[in-house]
Amino acid sequence: MQAFLDTFDIFLLEAVVNGILLGGVLALLALGLNLIFGVIDVTWICYAELVMIGMYGMYYMVQVFGLPYWAAAPIAILLVAALGALLHYLVIEPLLTAPPINQLLATGGVLFILQSFATVAFGIDFRNLGIRLPVLAIGDMHFSYSRLLAFVAALLGMLAIYFFMKRTYTGTAIRAVAQDRQIMSLMGVDTKRIYLITSALGGALAGLAACLLVLQYDVHPFVGLSFGPITFLICVLGGLGNFVGGFIAAFVFAQIISLGGLYSDLEWGYVLAFAFFIVMMFIRPAGLLARRS
Amino acid sequence: MLELRSVDAGYGTFQALFGINLDVRAGEAVGVIGPNGAGKTTLMRVISGLIRPTKGTISMEGRDVVATAAHRIVDLGIAHVPENRRLFPRLTVDDNLKMGAYMPGARAKYSERLEFVFDLFPRMKERRSQMAGTLSGGEQQMCAIGRALMSDPKLLLLDEPSAGLAPVVVQQVFELVKRIRSGGLTVLIVEQNVQQVLKVVDRAYLLEAGTIRASGTSEEMLSTDTIKQAYLGV
Repeated sequence: MQAFLDTFDIFLLEAVVNGILLGGVLALLALGLNLIFGVIDVTWICYAELVMIGMYGMYYMVQVFGLPYWAAAPIAILLVAALGALLHYLVIEPLLTAPPINQLLATGGVLFILQSFATVAFGIDFRNLGIRLPVLAIGDMHFSYSRLLAFVAALLGMLAIYFFMKRTYTGTAIRAVAQDRQIMSLMGVDTKRIYLITSALGGALAGLAACLLVLQYDVHPFVGLSFGPITFLICVLGGLGNFVGGFIAAFVFAQIISLGGLYSDLEWGYVLAFAFFIVMMFIRPAGLLARRS
Repeated sequence: MLELRSVDAGYGTFQALFGINLDVRAGEAVGVIGPNGAGKTTLMRVISGLIRPTKGTISMEGRDVVATAAHRIVDLGIAHVPENRRLFPRLTVDDNLKMGAYMPGARAKYSERLEFVFDLFPRMKERRSQMAGTLSGGEQQMCAIGRALMSDPKLLLLDEPSAGLAPVVVQQVFELVKRIRSGGLTVLIVEQNVQQVLKVVDRAYLLEAGTIRASGTSEEMLSTDTIKQAYLGV
């Protein structure tokens, strides 16, 4: 009996730690989407597809052109940042005053364009970097270095965004635009430029996520489906546009997935997470940290 | 300093201003009075570039305001304290003031300007890390004026600074306007509180239904019969 409990606890602890590690990356994805929604008031349905493009970027730079991972990562981040800015410039800006449903449909269209583009350009094969990071063993518990690295890098990325938003004039302007966009010109702020910078930041976060996820998952044209829906649920649960809420919700979801997966298959973890989401939508429809007005 | 010549403006098909001619000379305080819906706020918005005139010219120290991009008008030395203050409620007082100093020229003078604003409003220094939305009405007005002063403007536009404030606080706000004036700043102020504003300004314009009906020094305006009857209740 005692022996059974010991093993059980170790598995539980391993699942909790893995849940925390997963939460870091999910929080990073949620932050990017929340940034775009909170500031520009549009939802990038195609957000996870930007991650997919970034993962392909990493694959080609590392596997085909032979760049070391550490050199390829910053290039991939810049590439997806540029893609984010381009998405805003070409698709969102012309639709800024359009009804939200049109914006949603437009970014939904971009999702299919990116998926189809990837299918045509890269094929439907599953590809990976061919980098195997070692596994860290503590007692009977095993944690992969790729997850630990992803967690630390995601936290550092979020910390960088936090200081950028708090300390710089541009960051403060981004927070201000989210609250009152009409009077920004009185402050001397060019709202168009702030939107473009915000979109590039959102893209950069997707690029960072791509660099971290490509170490753990194979890339294929539909890999966005693995992260896109869960990222949306996290953002909605945290309250769309609410950075702190999204951060908390990411860790709540990650724990449900990880602990749910402990008792049966990982897929059941996702089922539990989605069921939890539906229940929460009845209890707190405006999100975990809804602002009381 | 500021010159408006036959300015028309409005929203969509609705015209709010008709052929406005208005001058503000350096160092003056000028008031614009008139009833609700006369176009006072529209007048302020057209000067600061929040809306664009459909006709006419606006110049600030000889520079064309209409041809200047809206977010560059603050660089001409025009700072606008909008109606209802329009602070960023979920930013701290510090961050609100920082937004007022966003332009590169103002950034360079940031600490100097901050000291100036805190000198003028010691209360803001006490409240600097508080969210602007949690301030009292009078404090919010101080913060809004402080934010505008952060850009080191030559001309300050004040849109109904007394609106929604308790009578005692209204008194304080007008005292403040006097103090700001004595520092050499030029002020254009829109008010419904005619009695009070005429004590503070040198000259005033009467705006009714989008046109200027009368203008003159404060004494002249106070002795005009229409103003006496309609606005002072004498």
